Amino acid sequence: MVRTKTLQQLFQRYRKPGDLVFAIFFLVFSVALLTQLGDQTKWVARKSLFVQPRFWPAVAVGGMVLFGTLHLIGSLWSPRIYGRLKEMWFWARSLEYVAWFLIYVYLVPITGYLPTTLVFSVLLALRVGYRDGKMLLAAAGSGLFIVILFRGLLQVKIPGGAIYEHLPDGIRAFMLTYM
Amino acid sequence: MDIFLSSLEILARWDVIIALMIGSFGGVIIGSIPGVGPAVAIAILLPATFSLDPIVGLIILLGIYGSSAFGGAIPAILVNTPGTAVNALTTYDGYPMTKAGDGRRALSLAYFSSFFGGIFSVVVLILMAPLLAKVAPHFGSREIFLAALLGIILVVLAHRGQIMAAGMMACFGILLATIGLEPVNYSQRFTFGQSWLSSGMNVIVVVLGLFALSQAFLLLLERDHAPDAAKVEGNLFGGVKELLGHKRVASVSASFGVLMGMIPGVGEFTAQFLSYTYAQKTSKKPELFGKGSPEGLVASETANNAVPAAAMIPLLALGIPGEALTAMMLSVFYVHNVLPGPQLFEQQMDFVVAIYIALLVLNVLVLGFLMVSTNKLLKVVQIPTRFLGVLILTLSFVGVYSLRNSFTDCVIASAFGVLGLILKRLNLPIVPIILGMVLGGIMETKLRTAMPRLKTPLDMIDRPISFIIFSIIVAVLIIHVRVLVIEHRKRNQSDGDDADRLERTTR
Repeated sequence: MVRTKTLQQLFQRYRKPGDLVFAIFFLVFSVALLTQLGDQTKWVARKSLFVQPRFWPAVAVGGMVLFGTLHLIGSLWSPRIYGRLKEMWFWARSLEYVAWFLIYVYLVPITGYLPTTLVFSVLLALRVGYRDGKMLLAAAGSGLFIVILFRGLLQVKIPGGAIYEHLPDGIRAFMLTYM
Repeated sequence: MDIFLSSLEILARWDVIIALMIGSFGGVIIGSIPGVGPAVAIAILLPATFSLDPIVGLIILLGIYGSSAFGGAIPAILVNTPGTAVNALTTYDGYPMTKAGDGRRALSLAYFSSFFGGIFSVVVLILMAPLLAKVAPHFGSREIFLAALLGIILVVLAHRGQIMAAGMMACFGILLATIGLEPVNYSQRFTFGQSWLSSGMNVIVVVLGLFALSQAFLLLLERDHAPDAAKVEGNLFGGVKELLGHKRVASVSASFGVLMGMIPGVGEFTAQFLSYTYAQKTSKKPELFGKGSPEGLVASETANNAVPAAAMIPLLALGIPGEALTAMMLSVFYVHNVLPGPQLFEQQMDFVVAIYIALLVLNVLVLGFLMVSTNKLLKVVQIPTRFLGVLILTLSFVGVYSLRNSFTDCVIASAFGVLGLILKRLNLPIVPIILGMVLGGIMETKLRTAMPRLKTPLDMIDRPISFIIFSIIVAVLIIHVRVLVIEHRKRNQSDGDDADRLERTTR
């Protein structure tokens, strides 16, 4: 009994809501990878262990399983703080902004970096609750600044929008190069 | 002398000077905005710097890295919200000083402590450069492998109370480094037949997801918040005189910063912890710590600002990044075909010295900037957090998409963004993933290169430097286990005492 208590103490830590869910998910993911180790990596005959293509993936996945198990034990033996579902809902809500981001990425090569960024910044500002004209103007202004800085001045590799092809010659070249 | 002149020549270009100013002023501004931080800024700017000259790109990033802690002290002291994670300790004594009406004094002391830490660190590096140039060539594959292994072990052990989580994240990072086409036997590893996994996981995409996108998601989802308004009146030069009264604490803290910065995987937090503990233990007024002690403030700010320059040592001399920010900078070197490592010290010493000089100038520029712009920066501090989220998400696009114009990269970065958000919410470490990824790749390559020359495993440590590094690894592990056992015994003893007390009371 004393020994069990001692072991429990050794693994106890501060655990936030949702910790157990993540610990279980990580261990399941690690074990799933471990089962795939043979299929997904190669063992080359007549080569020493340390230069095998399988060696480092095995070290990594083995470590994930080992530490993941110990982390899960720690999670199980640590005092629970309630609010797991609420926390998971918070994680899930981030998917909405993933969608926002990916739609933005998808649209840039079609509708052009400048127009898409302006619309994206303002709509996102509206979505997160800003209704004040000043904040919306600031969102549009910062979008414009970002485009001018990165595309116009630093010339980072962002393709010109397909929509720009429909612009008159003089403006088209400018927009394709700088906006 | 020739090297010094040659390095001045590298720096005496208008683009380098502008980069230095953008990096240093930009770093202060970024550091002063709670919720952004240098990691997010560097991750976003990284791909944009690829089109620049290596020294220009590197100086912008280095400027942000080296100056953000200066800026982070402003909200930490005036509104009790650290601008960057390394300013958290500054709130302990800085904010109580503000509450007691000493905000200006605290800010000034923090600025000059940071300045002293930065300058001290660079001077030590410059003095050490000849020694490093002599030692670095003795680092072969096995030494670099062992140093990288030491880095991984230290980054895991440095996360006290979260060692299991740090271990699993470091291993996950190592796994990410192995995904894709393996370069020697050309076999696929963990690609599951997917072509988009064949080229492997790009470290910048992962970094952007874990640091920038996760922060954007977090800020967009959490309650909107804008730090309170604050104002500083009068000049900020008083800190020089006060700092001179704390010479001992400042020197020891700066030394801790340099030492901890040089060791891969350790960094600011350990340096601050050691400095703060030292300052408190040797103080004549230890009871003031946490309630507005100037010594505590000096210890925290000197130590955190001495780290960035020192962290460049393992990066430049061995090609081993000690933490996430230097890991990001490593990619700037790779993109420009500048390979940090012993050969850099042998062949391009002027480049190394140029970086040190840039760091020296950076500290002077930042101090001057802060003297005239603190009140203006206080307005930047007040940007609402959700608005920052909008900005970071818009900027993240530049970072991820400009890399290869790949939609897939953006999807991968988003997935890591969600993972980063979960880890941040659970207070689990993120840095080990990045270090595992970078150091894992280094370890695999170096071990493979070293193997043909080794007849038995013991040959791995038959050279003096490899033996020393191996001994350090063993010592670190033994010390860690010993500390765990001692702590555990103490806890058991105090539990036993509590039980006895309870028994006596119930009788």
